[in-house]
Amino acid sequence: MKLRRSMLFLPGANAAMLSTAFVFKPDSIMFDLEDAVSLREKDAARILVFHALQMPIYRESGMETVVRINPLSSPFGMEDLEAVVRAGVDVVRLPKTDTAEDVHQLEAEVERIERACGREVGSTKLMAAIESASGVVNAVSIAMASKRLIGIALAAFDYVMDMQTQRGDGSELYYARCAVLHAARYAKIDAFDAVFSDVNDDAGFLKEVDLIKRLGFNGKSLINPRQIELLHNAFAPTDEEVDYSRRVVAAALDGEKQGLGVISLNGKMIDAPIIEHARVVLRRAAASGTRK
Amino acid sequence: MTNSTTRRFADSLREQALEPFSGVAARIAHVATAETRHERKLCKNLEDAIRASGLKDGMTISFHHGFREGDKTINMVVAKLAEMGFRDLTLAPSSLLSCNTPLIEHIRAGVIRRIYTSGMRGKLAEAISHGLMDEPVHIHSHGGRVHLMDRGELQVDVAFLGVSTADAFGNANAVSGLSRCGSLGYAMVDAARAKTVVLLAETLVPYPNAPASIRQDQVDLVVQVDQIGDPTKISVGAVRMTSNPRELLISRFAADVIEHSGYFEDGFSLQTGSGASATAVTRFLETRMVKKGIKAGFALGGITGSIVDLHQKGLIAKLYDTQSFDAQAAESLRVNPGHYEISTNTYANPTSKGAFSDWVNVVILSALEIDLDFNVNVITGSDGVMRGASGGHSDVAAGANLPIVVAPLIRSRIPMVVEHVTTVVTPGETIGVLVTDHGIAVNPNRPDLAARLKEAGLPVFAIEELYQRSLALTGTPQPIKFLDKLVGVIRYRDGSVVDVVRQVPE
Repeated sequence: MKLRRSMLFLPGANAAMLSTAFVFKPDSIMFDLEDAVSLREKDAARILVFHALQMPIYRESGMETVVRINPLSSPFGMEDLEAVVRAGVDVVRLPKTDTAEDVHQLEAEVERIERACGREVGSTKLMAAIESASGVVNAVSIAMASKRLIGIALAAFDYVMDMQTQRGDGSELYYARCAVLHAARYAKIDAFDAVFSDVNDDAGFLKEVDLIKRLGFNGKSLINPRQIELLHNAFAPTDEEVDYSRRVVAAALDGEKQGLGVISLNGKMIDAPIIEHARVVLRRAAASGTRK
Repeated sequence: MTNSTTRRFADSLREQALEPFSGVAARIAHVATAETRHERKLCKNLEDAIRASGLKDGMTISFHHGFREGDKTINMVVAKLAEMGFRDLTLAPSSLLSCNTPLIEHIRAGVIRRIYTSGMRGKLAEAISHGLMDEPVHIHSHGGRVHLMDRGELQVDVAFLGVSTADAFGNANAVSGLSRCGSLGYAMVDAARAKTVVLLAETLVPYPNAPASIRQDQVDLVVQVDQIGDPTKISVGAVRMTSNPRELLISRFAADVIEHSGYFEDGFSLQTGSGASATAVTRFLETRMVKKGIKAGFALGGITGSIVDLHQKGLIAKLYDTQSFDAQAAESLRVNPGHYEISTNTYANPTSKGAFSDWVNVVILSALEIDLDFNVNVITGSDGVMRGASGGHSDVAAGANLPIVVAPLIRSRIPMVVEHVTTVVTPGETIGVLVTDHGIAVNPNRPDLAARLKEAGLPVFAIEELYQRSLALTGTPQPIKFLDKLVGVIRYRDGSVVDVVRQVPE
């Protein structure tokens, strides 16, 4: 199981950030060629990201690399895709995904480029960002559109515009969050929440993190490295949870050895979902320690 | 004159060069009246004070830099000296900063011939690096400055010391009045050692002024001036709570290093300095101290508001303050009984009878460059131009159990870990750990420490690995071109020459 709690956005044209941002150790690092890059820097950003993806440090860090390309319908999208697939990106993030057809189209192009450059077909993973009412309504078919999809993400800025509302206390995103999350779970892929843009409001950020964690999101897109530690800590299990999970897993192993069908711990029945959850908790603890 | 007492004088005493009593004020004129006793030190204006000080061409004058970038005393006094026609003076302030740009013209005009300072920045530093002076500037540490004075190399003829309040007799401090810089740690040294001490007081207060950081028995002359400095500029560029994620990352690593170093136990002592990362370390330490129930015995420095916070929360028992880095620290010195003012002699002079720097456990230090031998440069930039200060860097590095250097591996495109530093200020053998945003390197002379940090799961690398990484990211920088002329002599805290700085072409 790959942890995808934090996906850090980096403006593709910022060479200094590109070359060293891995030190912040997000689970995934997302080089942006789309909205964070001005029209006159599109080419420069593409070239910089092309080289950053091939830096040994990124390759060796084990960090998942994601690139948000421009829409294929724009003058830049196809060139972006050519560059990043050839450079060995782990995941291509498609912005403004409205229908499953958008994903099919992307997949076909990715496969063509993989064959052309000799990259293993299927090795380029995809994720789709849902940023409109259409995307939310089609979330299930989008999530099921390709085996390459590792997840779908809600992007709130365009979505609330499309919905003729604005960001507020979170109620404006309630339906979209639930729809995206259900689609992802139905398709057995990951679900990512939108960015929290006020980087100086740690309390507000943590409140939102608490909400999306309870809803069941895998993680969140981030725009400031300072949010990584806060997010990872909020997602980290507590000492008590780890302790309990250890005992659950130990009891499960014990029960397996003794060939018991039903296992109990402290008089409570432990079934498969509880054991699976305990394993997830222990993996999270191994990745990030326990909550501080 | 004859009176009853002279009759008791024996002529044989004249052979021993003794003289008969000739009236209470005959030999010490100022004791004659209350007015002359009380106001003999007061001068009408700065020019009168300078005349009364006996200053002559070629002499040495000194200042403190407690106001850092807000200092107004140095420029004001030197401008007056230039106007009065003085020449060939040796300028020996505790440090110089960007605000001292006006000195360039006085150096060109021959008013100032030599300089002793802890550091310099801005246009003055650029001009000196480009060969402005005939004689190289002597760069000393804070403790080393006192050592040079005590050894006799640096003899101050007249100290011009800016204070926010003084009484007519010279009892002075900088924790009361308007422009307050807090500790007068540097000035206390000069007040005790200069042949003549002139106070430039912003506000004259009724006698006796207390507390007396500078005492009446050290002061020769007192003159009131409009403003000695702008306290709002003390912390500009030096001390701030950062929101920079990279600096915060470094600070968190540094706090991790402290926590697992073996020195993080009840009663430990620390100094954090003024850099952004250093200040942020304090914040990260706080949570760790609370969690583990650890309190520090004392903090030394260079006291910042964030250190004061910990003191007021009961997490640091005592603060020893030779320089207050912000208004909060200055105010704390005034009101908190556990916040003590110390002279730079007591702070870090290696040959004083007792320096606090010898008792510090953990110190956070900054760096412009550090090399594979852990030598640290805090004075010259990557272009060879002087842009920093020796400060207490080498002093506390030598005394502390755990000197930690914090710096980003790369500043914009400039690598910070280098094969050889441009200028050695602090010898590598005294540095324990380097903390960067890319990982931690432990001096090979501290295998015990490396083992503890690795055990704790911290990202410990060989410094060569960090160097290779920075090369991978930035490429190999072009070497700096230097000319032959010496522009700076780096004096180690014991007075020896640890390195020299050469002129860079324009």
